Amino acid sequence: MAYSYYPGCTQEVSTKAYDLSTRTVASALGLELVEIEDWNCCGSSPSYSLREVETYALNARNLALAEKQLPGGEVLTICNGCFGIMDKTNRRLAEDPELRTEVEEALATAGLEYRGTLTVRHLLDVLVKDLGREAIEQKVTRPLEGLKVAPYLGCAFSRPSGIDDMEFPTALDDLLSWAGAEVVEYPLKAACCGGVLMMGDNQQVALKLVRSLLAEAVRRGASCLATACPLCHLNVEAYQGQVNRLFGTRFSIPVLFFTQLLGVSMGLGKKELGLGEELVPAKTLLAPFMA
Amino acid sequence: MSANSVEAALRDVELSPEEETILHRKELLECIQCGTCSASCPTAFAMEYTPRQIIAAIRAGRLEKVLRSNTPWLCASCYYCTVRCPAGIQFTDLMYHLKRMAVKRGLHPSGSPAFYQAMVSTVDRHGRSAETELMIRYYLGRLNPIGLIKLAPFGIKMMLRGRFPLLPHRIKGRKDLERMLDHIAKGGEA
Repeated sequence: MAYSYYPGCTQEVSTKAYDLSTRTVASALGLELVEIEDWNCCGSSPSYSLREVETYALNARNLALAEKQLPGGEVLTICNGCFGIMDKTNRRLAEDPELRTEVEEALATAGLEYRGTLTVRHLLDVLVKDLGREAIEQKVTRPLEGLKVAPYLGCAFSRPSGIDDMEFPTALDDLLSWAGAEVVEYPLKAACCGGVLMMGDNQQVALKLVRSLLAEAVRRGASCLATACPLCHLNVEAYQGQVNRLFGTRFSIPVLFFTQLLGVSMGLGKKELGLGEELVPAKTLLAPFMA
Repeated sequence: MSANSVEAALRDVELSPEEETILHRKELLECIQCGTCSASCPTAFAMEYTPRQIIAAIRAGRLEKVLRSNTPWLCASCYYCTVRCPAGIQFTDLMYHLKRMAVKRGLHPSGSPAFYQAMVSTVDRHGRSAETELMIRYYLGRLNPIGLIKLAPFGIKMMLRGRFPLLPHRIKGRKDLERMLDHIAKGGEA
């Protein structure tokens, strides 16, 4: 099946391994990704914090471009933040005619229109619900036996979208277990990483949240965390040094995108999964499973 | 708490009709002050007023205090409060409204929206967000070059792994985007 694909800005550089491993795994699973041509940033919570309608317009432009390529289709996102705001835009446009008119008029100045025929999805949700256990397990040739993973899904996957349990979502647990991993009990799986607070004056607040996420993963015996969002990923991976400096801790736990772990279990290569760019090296951890 | 208290709440800050609609929402009046929002909030420990107190303050006519507080700027948008509220209050969305109201009136704590403004300006000009330019804008905009220098070791680590962009990607439809945003900023009359 073909999907409109929205990579999102951070995938261009700081977490490009997520984009790369998504494309690799999707292709191996027979999903065709049609990247939205000339897509723009979703604005995320910074834009939404400052202006409401403009943020809907940013997302409506992407929806309009995607609809032109694949009318009536599904837009695949891989970032919880992009997913949250694009899904919200899609829903708000459908339920609020006044807002819809305002956004339609703005789109028209760019020669675009959005007829509202699309559904916004998250890759993980598609893999778990649409492909399902059998289709995934069939492709797993190197099960991640004995790899203890803490499934860290974060907020905006299921809150407020409701595509999974809003307190204890299970999609990531399911997928990782199909890949053969040992999924540890991780009660903080949908807790907050601090999101955008990591940037700016309130960074210490975000570091405190990340500290408890890491501490819990370690306490539960996990040897790595799996993520399904580049913002969560950056916060729990790239800021471990800052956490250690602020709290005198010594965290050094690898963090991998679920697409990378799934890809490894499918026997896909290191390079095409973007492995090796981690700030906390995962090479030794994954060595037993690599071709 | 009666509707009169809400009227009193509005005495201190002049509101637009849209803002009145937001603060007069039925759900807000139905808040029973149970504190589920505050108990669910992962950043409440750092807030001047907890989420429950924010609603109480709005209803008690202390909106200006609310807008001057650090609370909205500590919302990480995790939506726990929203999905757990027994009165159906969309508290996360209320936080977004309060941020916009505070910025509009210049009442926000100094510097709180600086990062957001840097990002919006980058996105509006390039169509994409670009971390390097964003951080430079943010720290220089705050007259804090030291912050930028402190960030350097982190930036270098990311760069060595090919994870730090030097130049932002610019979309082709920049002009289109500009026209769209202008149209909205001018109230749909461009």
